[in-house]
Amino acid sequence: MIEARDLSKRYGDKVAVDHLSFTVQPGKVTGFLGPNGAGKSTTMRLILGLDRPDTGTATINGHRYRDLVEPLRTAGALLEAKAVHSGRSAYNHLLILAQTQGLPRSRVNAVIDLVGLHDVARKRAGGFSLGMSQRLGIAAALLGDPQVLLLDEPVNGLDPEAILWIRNLLKRLAAEGRTVFVSSHLMNEMAVTADHLIVIGRGKLIADCTTEDFIEQSSQKSVLVRSPDAARLGEVIAADGGTFGVADDGALTVTNLPADRIGHLAARAGLELHELTPQLASLEEAFMELTRGSLEYGTHEEATPDMNEERTA
Amino acid sequence: MTAATATSHTGLPPMGSHFRFRRLLLAEWTKLRSIRSTIWSLVLLVVLSLGFTALFTALTVSASQWDKADASERARIVADPVGLILGAGFQFSQLTICVLGVLIMAGEYSTGAIRASLLAVPKRTPMLAAKSIVFAVFVFVVAELVAFPCFFIGAAIVHKRAPVAIGDPGVLRAVIGAGLYLAVLGLFALAIGGLLRHTAAGITGVIAFVLVLAPLAQLLPGSIGKHVHAYMPSEAGRLIAAAHQGKDDLLSPWQGFGVFCLWTALLLIACGWLLNRRDA
Repeated sequence: MIEARDLSKRYGDKVAVDHLSFTVQPGKVTGFLGPNGAGKSTTMRLILGLDRPDTGTATINGHRYRDLVEPLRTAGALLEAKAVHSGRSAYNHLLILAQTQGLPRSRVNAVIDLVGLHDVARKRAGGFSLGMSQRLGIAAALLGDPQVLLLDEPVNGLDPEAILWIRNLLKRLAAEGRTVFVSSHLMNEMAVTADHLIVIGRGKLIADCTTEDFIEQSSQKSVLVRSPDAARLGEVIAADGGTFGVADDGALTVTNLPADRIGHLAARAGLELHELTPQLASLEEAFMELTRGSLEYGTHEEATPDMNEERTA
Repeated sequence: MTAATATSHTGLPPMGSHFRFRRLLLAEWTKLRSIRSTIWSLVLLVVLSLGFTALFTALTVSASQWDKADASERARIVADPVGLILGAGFQFSQLTICVLGVLIMAGEYSTGAIRASLLAVPKRTPMLAAKSIVFAVFVFVVAELVAFPCFFIGAAIVHKRAPVAIGDPGVLRAVIGAGLYLAVLGLFALAIGGLLRHTAAGITGVIAFVLVLAPLAQLLPGSIGKHVHAYMPSEAGRLIAAAHQGKDDLLSPWQGFGVFCLWTALLLIACGWLLNRRDA
């Protein structure tokens, strides 16, 4: 179990993590979701004792990371792909980590086989591809057979086969009862991997719920309606309790009435319709909607089209 | 794709057993021996030390040079042949230890390996201690393996002009002192590498201290310059590798070495303090 309580971290003027509290439960994959720059990596570094929090505490199975005896046997972490001396072989990198934890060489060979690096284990890690580096990082995380795993963007830059492999590995580790905490900026990836989601933006907690609930709440159904008499149609929809936004070209996006109801209302009022299209917001859109305004490097003009300035009557 | 599963209870030894510091020493030794810069630095150390010792001593005592040298110069060499023998090779080869010392520490930062190291050993002071001990012992052993051959080769070459034996007063201490000096110099460089956390800056910093600041201090006027120069880390430290205290030396060999150790200890403490305070 991972517990973060009131974690804050500031680098100069920039607040990276802002009074963040959450709990990561064992036995499931918990996705840690947020746009780039939301503070995911910083939060992980605070949990792992690499950076000092300005406020708050983080514990793993009840202990601060710095207080863990043989920490790799309690928590394994994949931070960046390159947390390895480029001149050292994968085998020696893992051997050094194993020696600090009192683990035998046989364990080094076991994790090398587990991640499929057997053929390149004696080669310099500096020459590894991104995929091989990620596998080496995962081997290091699994070395101590830990109950808690923290993985920062493990599928970044990987090919589909490797992504599938990591996805299945994470699910299997969670099924074994371990705590699996995985960060990503890709909503769709988390939707198929994570059981639970912790969503942050600008260092603040935005959502902490099951993936199912998140999808249910976020994928707001809407209907796109075009009519030459949009203003009248709007009144009719509003009179029926509908909520809508108006785009630049006059199209209405109705969010809480089904398409057949809108068609019925239009027919009854004698209004001409040119388009009536039910729309299902993708998860990625739902995620963008949720984290809008908390984007660190967003393109703000595009992120706030008129359509979303909702009006209710 | 591998089908193996990372099952719990993989038959690993029980947690929390003793001798944890010994494990850190073992891990630091593996770190040291598993990078190429260590091997290359050692090869350079051996080649430069033996090569320059043979070359300089042979040139100095060659018939043409010896006859050109003035009487005081010749008297100085006859009085202190060890200074010539150990001074020649080690003046250059010490740079390899400076570079290696910086690389050992700053290299972890520049490659990102420091994060893996600190995840495995979150208590940073013991990690720095283990790294320092392993590196110092390693450099000392290698330096002695070089210093004795250097002395015997040099002594054989200068024998007909300035005979010297390992049993002469202060000579054995000077030859062992050469290794002590290089071991502490390695730690000095390691501490600067850890303070600056940048390979190029660290190497520049150490070389500035060892090669640039000391001669500059000598240019300061009067006795201030003399004192500042004498207490510069590498100047003070080098005295341990001399057979006698020179008539111009303010410090005895052991006093000088003590000053050098003090410099190095202060830098290591600063390095450890910052290591604990700074984000990795």
